[in-house]
Amino acid sequence: MTRLIKTVNAVPLATTTIPVVDTGSFRREILSAIEEGWRLLLLVGLSRNAEGTRLLAALADDVHGEIGLIATDVAGSYPALTPDCPAAHYFEREIHEQWAVRPEGHPWLKPVRFPRGGPAIGEVDFFQVSGAEIHEVAVGPVHAGIIEPGHFRFSCHGERVLHLEISLGYQHRGIEQALRGGPDKRSVHLAETIAGDTTAGHATAYCQLVEALSATTCSPRALALRALALELERIANHIGDLGALAGDVGFLPASAYCGRLRGDVLNLTALLCGSRLGRGWIRPGGVAREPGAEILREVKQRLRDAERDMRNAVELLWKSSSVRARFENTGILGRQAAADLGIVGPPARASGIDRDCRRDFPASAYRDHRPAIAVGDSGDVFARAFQRWQEIENSLAFLARVLDQLGGGQPVAGEPVTAVGGLAPSSLAPSSLAPSSLAPSSLALSLVEGWRGEIVHLGMTDAAGRFAQYKILDPSFRNWFGLAMAMRGQAISDFPQCNKSFNLSYCGHDL
Amino acid sequence: MFKALLARARQGYRTANYPAHEPSLPALFRGRPVLDPEKCVDGCARCVDICPTDALQVSASGPELDLGRCIFCGECAAACPGNAITFTRDWRLAASERTGLVVTGDREVRVEALRRELRRLLGRSLRLRQVSAGGCNGCEVEVNALGNVVFDSSRFGIEFVASPRHADGILVTGPLTANMKEAALRTYEAVAEPKLVIAAGACAISGGIFRGHPEVCDGIEDVFAVDLYVPGCPPHPYTILDALLRMLGRC
Repeated sequence: MTRLIKTVNAVPLATTTIPVVDTGSFRREILSAIEEGWRLLLLVGLSRNAEGTRLLAALADDVHGEIGLIATDVAGSYPALTPDCPAAHYFEREIHEQWAVRPEGHPWLKPVRFPRGGPAIGEVDFFQVSGAEIHEVAVGPVHAGIIEPGHFRFSCHGERVLHLEISLGYQHRGIEQALRGGPDKRSVHLAETIAGDTTAGHATAYCQLVEALSATTCSPRALALRALALELERIANHIGDLGALAGDVGFLPASAYCGRLRGDVLNLTALLCGSRLGRGWIRPGGVAREPGAEILREVKQRLRDAERDMRNAVELLWKSSSVRARFENTGILGRQAAADLGIVGPPARASGIDRDCRRDFPASAYRDHRPAIAVGDSGDVFARAFQRWQEIENSLAFLARVLDQLGGGQPVAGEPVTAVGGLAPSSLAPSSLAPSSLAPSSLALSLVEGWRGEIVHLGMTDAAGRFAQYKILDPSFRNWFGLAMAMRGQAISDFPQCNKSFNLSYCGHDL
Repeated sequence: MFKALLARARQGYRTANYPAHEPSLPALFRGRPVLDPEKCVDGCARCVDICPTDALQVSASGPELDLGRCIFCGECAAACPGNAITFTRDWRLAASERTGLVVTGDREVRVEALRRELRRLLGRSLRLRQVSAGGCNGCEVEVNALGNVVFDSSRFGIEFVASPRHADGILVTGPLTANMKEAALRTYEAVAEPKLVIAAGACAISGGIFRGHPEVCDGIEDVFAVDLYVPGCPPHPYTILDALLRMLGRC
């Protein structure tokens, strides 16, 4: 563990301090760190140079809240890490696709997003099961519901699913490419649309990164308001998914109530910032909209009302044997598989992995206010559903505390508030986003526990303080394969609730 | 069963009485913009400079805002030294024509009801197939909300169906990524005539914040003949519902 350079969440390093070692040592350092209890946080291509492509690995020590970094230069190919470190499998597929570097010995080297210049979308050698009475069921990219596109291919024996292939990329919009060269006036809006249902999560990750690279300090009040945005997003999505899970097993009462309650929580976000999804709220330096005392009182009251109705609605779920019969022992993702694959967020915790970056890598308001972290064990649909409910309860208790002590300070760092329609205009002046305000030749990671799990943004600046590299890691990137594993041995008819219990993002993956 | 009935009583009746009663949206809601050319400061183009989607233009006759590009971030209103730009709480934003989305002064946006024949066919029963083509799940979330008990579009006969074969048209969200182009076209082809195309959200109308990315088609206009444009990022469920009802001549 001597060669990793260590940092923490949202603290930048000079790029030159990151050790660049030969590929053999790179591999040994990573594997020995994992042996010692670290986990692979990310593995990405950073840049191209005379030596080839520079790969960066970030490892996380959840116990001490440390991030270790190490880099290597590879030309053409290198021995894949995946056979010894399964959590690397998706990262190495991405490296292969983006940098034309071949991880030799990778068992599953397929396209990730089908960017321009590569194979056409969906043109891939699907994993095939052969034998008597084996058949395939292909679904998508256009699905039956109002959801994003993706292709699923089930290899089945009768009703039993032997394997599920998930082939995505249909939503690829080139966000990472567009963020490079910034920050500019579009950057924060792009961050808000990485995954629209995670507007607060990704906007916070982006702002935290820009603030780290520009040594900007936000007021306690601004940070508390961001935590409010993030927890409201968590509650809205979790309760909405509990309703959708109920709908997937044909239990309409809870489906109807939770659908309404999701909207009630989204309306609280709209009350606070004007947008149900939290658009235009979180900005570098703080928050762009400052709710008055009256609005905050109303939010507290309406949250209490919503909590009462949520409790009533989900009680129906837990007490209906027809629901439990479809949830329990369905779609099990075992603890070991979840750990090996680097699964994050509620699916990891529902499988017994006690990991939550609000506690492990605390930043912003989570340094002072700690939400309780729930952990399950059975790893089935029931565990993931119950996990969501426990996280709602914990977020509500956390918000009750935070709303009582929002703290002082201006909503936006260093700027007086002259509100126009609740908007602090100075926060949005282009000057506060000028690229020159970022530290040159630096690299930082920003971790945020979004409602789906750990969000990581990595920014590396060039000599002029512009983003030379910007990497986005939505929790979906790591969790999609978890869904595939959970489906093994299940009936096709159990796919809806298995899928919804994860509810992963297509665009967060496709970027 | 008894518990379910008790819960039903407790949860109450939640369906909004729309359109008979106008909704009351939050004070900070950013709906239809009103531009005041009188207050526009000569030679100032701060709104134009700050707009992330190039939705604004300032000419001699004052500012002009294209709702098809606008993501309703409100940054222009905040940057304007003369307070010439105000986002009102009016949720009615949709238009039948692309040009109808360009706002000057306090001009309202208009949706024309469908031709009589189409209204006879679809006015009381409209089935749509939703196609997400790069939508960030913002528009999808709000279209989905039309199905919940609050907005309950099915009471107007408006429903989203699983197959294009069952649909009277498609509602597209997202900038139309290159990777979804073929699937979107084939979905449209599978819909029986006569069929409608609805572009929901800034991305579907113009590419939105992704406009100009080589990975997207800058909206669906070059690929489909659009019958209804619903601006927003994302549009509020009431904006979508209002657009559909007015298209059907029902409000």
